[in-house]
Parts: sequence; structure tokens; C-alpha cells
Amino acid sequence: MNEREKYLRALKIHKISVIALRISILILFLLVWELFSSCGIIDSFFFSSPSRIIKLFISMDKSSLLKHIGITLFECICAFTISMCLAMVLAVLLWWSDFLRKILDPYIVIINSLPKIALGPLIIIWVGIGKKAIITMGVLICIIVALTTMLSGFISADPDKIFLLRSMGATKLQILTKLVIPSALPSIVSALKVTIGLAWVGTIMGEYLVSGAGLGYLIIYGGAVFKLDLVMLSTVILCILAGAMYAVVSFIEKIVIKTK
Amino acid sequence: MDTLKMDQVGLTYQTPERETEAIKNINFTVKKGEFAVVVGPSGCGKTTILSLISGLIHPNCGKVFINGNEITGVSEKIGYMLQKDQLFEWRTVKENILIGLEIKKIKTAENINYAMSLLQKYGLADFANHYPYQLSGGMRQRVALIRTLTFKPEVLLLDEPFSALDFQTRISVCDDVYKIIKSENKTTVLVTHDISEAISLADKIIILTKRPATIKQIYDIHIDKPTPFLKREDPSFSKWFNTVWKEVV
Repeated sequence: MNEREKYLRALKIHKISVIALRISILILFLLVWELFSSCGIIDSFFFSSPSRIIKLFISMDKSSLLKHIGITLFECICAFTISMCLAMVLAVLLWWSDFLRKILDPYIVIINSLPKIALGPLIIIWVGIGKKAIITMGVLICIIVALTTMLSGFISADPDKIFLLRSMGATKLQILTKLVIPSALPSIVSALKVTIGLAWVGTIMGEYLVSGAGLGYLIIYGGAVFKLDLVMLSTVILCILAGAMYAVVSFIEKIVIKTK
Repeated sequence: MDTLKMDQVGLTYQTPERETEAIKNINFTVKKGEFAVVVGPSGCGKTTILSLISGLIHPNCGKVFINGNEITGVSEKIGYMLQKDQLFEWRTVKENILIGLEIKKIKTAENINYAMSLLQKYGLADFANHYPYQLSGGMRQRVALIRTLTFKPEVLLLDEPFSALDFQTRISVCDDVYKIIKSENKTTVLVTHDISEAISLADKIIILTKRPATIKQIYDIHIDKPTPFLKREDPSFSKWFNTVWKEVV
């Protein structure tokens, strides 16, 4: 075996062991959990167990579960999309006008540090209960972080490149479309990643506050009636959904950022 | 007629701390196809002169003319090249050189052909679909020059275009850029603080004083050699060097 083959082999072994260990941690965790609850070390009434979660999943009415998943997913995607679009528009506006940016700066700082959950009662009164309130909550939680992430990307566009384009007679709109947005793509993608996580936070938080359906509702309901299996099942489903959506965003990232 | 004329140009700029007089009483002309080099102590306002010619900033007094027309807004007739190549990493070489045409909304088939012919002529055609990170420093700088040539500017403005390169590359890129500019017969104003670079390139050297910059001396340089590299080897080079060096303080 020559040096090159040795190197490639070591690389492959490394890669495989990372994946293998990742999976083993999960399996070990589930096994210990199951074992502990069946031996009575932990009370499976409070801590549930993998087998109870699976049993519940099998016995549950799938169409109603799907409905709950669908509602939460819908709310989350709405909150995510609305936040990203609004944040994009606002970021462009604030990039466009330094004056406006300076004026609004303290407001953005304050809104950013405000715990948005505090606005819960107001949201319910203003937009009513149900999906609208939940989406509003999601948007409120996402938008400022999405905005500041994108804006910092916009204003870090290379001043020399801006100068170059201006020397060619570029308008502000051309500078935006030809330079600022393309060079801010990494920031836009990281805004996507942060926002997708926060959209889940917002949606579940919104469902805790008001709602008669959705995974957040199932969790709250399960907790209230001490059906901890239901809480655990909903949490597991949430994990899977959040992971899947993150994967979608990562996939978009790979397509968008071709040169790196 | 002179392609470029600076007539009694002066500029003072304002900052919250103070008022700074950058340049005053600047008078010089550059003929068609002439290569003018502005040298002077660092921070003396050399770049300011280029910005004034480009029309990105306006003088407080005096006037700048290109082909007899006073510059009022951003000039259509100039091509600007900066210290770093400033290629857009997300665009291919071809897309990079076409940016000027896009900005000026003159991306016609004819102009695209002209741009591609420049790539071909200067040995970069094979790299048209490469991204900037795949090119060497010297190639990147050549692409940057071609980018400014695609829209056929009357005057090229070069702001220390070689100072970001290592010495070896600098000498060869300097040769390349000089050949391209001369073969396209472009009127050029280059600023640098490197005296030997200035002498090796210039038909005319404009020496500035410390701030506020005024013109200390203008020399017409005649070294009868085809390239900057060969000029550096000419016996008269060191004579010119000493002359200019004494003037630049």
C-alpha cells in the first residue's frame, strides 16, 4: 500500500467511525432509557420510555396526528417565509438609507433584546387566537435576528468594489443587485439557518399560548393530563421536522454558494 | 488636442475634526495615448486627483476637461483600476469583464464580442469560464484591466495597480499592463509612490509636493525601449531615477 492509499484509507476510516459513533450514541441513549425505565430506576410514568412512545405512536389515530403535524408545519413555514421576506425588504431599506438606519438603530436594539413572549397577551388581543396569533409570534421572534444578520452582510460589502462600480456610473440599485446582494449571500444563508430554528421556537411558543391544535398544543395538553408519552412523542416528531427543515436549508446553501 | 486637462484644480474636504486642503493649483495636460504617472509622498492626495478626473468627486475650484468637455458628473469616458483587482469572486472571468457593459447598459452582442476578443488577444480566453480564485495574481490583474477596457474608455485611471503584488509578479504584470495599454493606445494616468515603477512606465511624470499637494515638477521622460522591464536596464534609467528621487521628498 502506498502513501496515497494509506492516507485515503485513514480518511475513510475516520469518516465511517464518526458516523458509526453518532448512531451508537443514539442507540445507547435509547437502550439505557428503555432499560432504566423497565428496571424501575426511573419512573416510566414521568419519563416515558422508547417502547411506550412507539406503542403510543402505533395506537394513535394517524390522521389526527398528521393534522397536528400539518398545522404546526404550516405555521412554522409561514412564520419563516414572512420573516425572511420582511427582513429582506427592511434590510434593503436600511442599507439604502444610512440616515434611516441611524434613526432606527436604538429601536432595533430594544426590540431585539425584548423577550417577545411578553407581547403574547397583546398579540392575542390584536390578532385574535388561532393560527394568526401563532404566526405573528413566530414572525416577531424571527424578524429582528434575520434582519440584523442580513443587514450586517449588506453593509460589509467591500467599499472599494462599490467605488469601482460607481466609477462605471452604477446607480444605487445596480450596486445593490450586482454587488451587495451577491456578496451578502453567505449572510443571507446564515440568516435562513438562524431563522428556521427561531421559527420553530416562535411557533411552539405561540401554540403554548393559544391554540387548539398542533404539536405545541399536544405537548401542553399531554403535560396537563400527565400523558408524558404524548409529550415525548410530540417532541421526537418536532426533532425530526426541525432536522429535516435544517437539512433543506443546508441543501439550498450548497446550491447558492457555488464558489467557496 | 489634449485628451485630459486639469485647469487650476483645487479641493478642500471637510471632516468633523477639521478642514483639509488636499490639493491646490493643479495644472497639467495629458495627450492622446500618453502615459502620465503621478508620484508624490504618501498621503499627499494622489488618489484625490484620480477621483476628480473620474467625476466621483468635484473640485472646489478649477475645472477638469476630457476631450475639451468639462467633467460634471461621473464620467462615461474613464476606466478605473484599483490597487487590488476587485474581481467579483462569484462571477466567472467572462462575467467579470462584462460587468462594466451591464452597468452602462450597453451589453450588446458587438460589445461582448469585443470583450471576448480582448480576452483572446491577451491570452486569457482559456480562462473565460474560470472563477477568480483559480487564477494567479498576475492573471487577475490582467482580467481587471480588460474589465476596464471593455467599455472603451478614453482615459484609464490606475491607482497603484501593482502594489498588492509581490515583487516578481509586479515586474511582469507591469510589463503586461503596459503592453496592453500601449497596444490599445489608451490615455493613462497612474499614481504610485514607487519611483522606479513610475520611470519605467511614464511618458510624463508629474511630481507632487506634500499636502496640500501642488505640482512640484513635470518631466517628459524619453527612454527608447519598448517595455518597462527593458527601460529599467537602460543606462538613462538611473539618471532619471536620481533626478526624480531628489524632487520627491
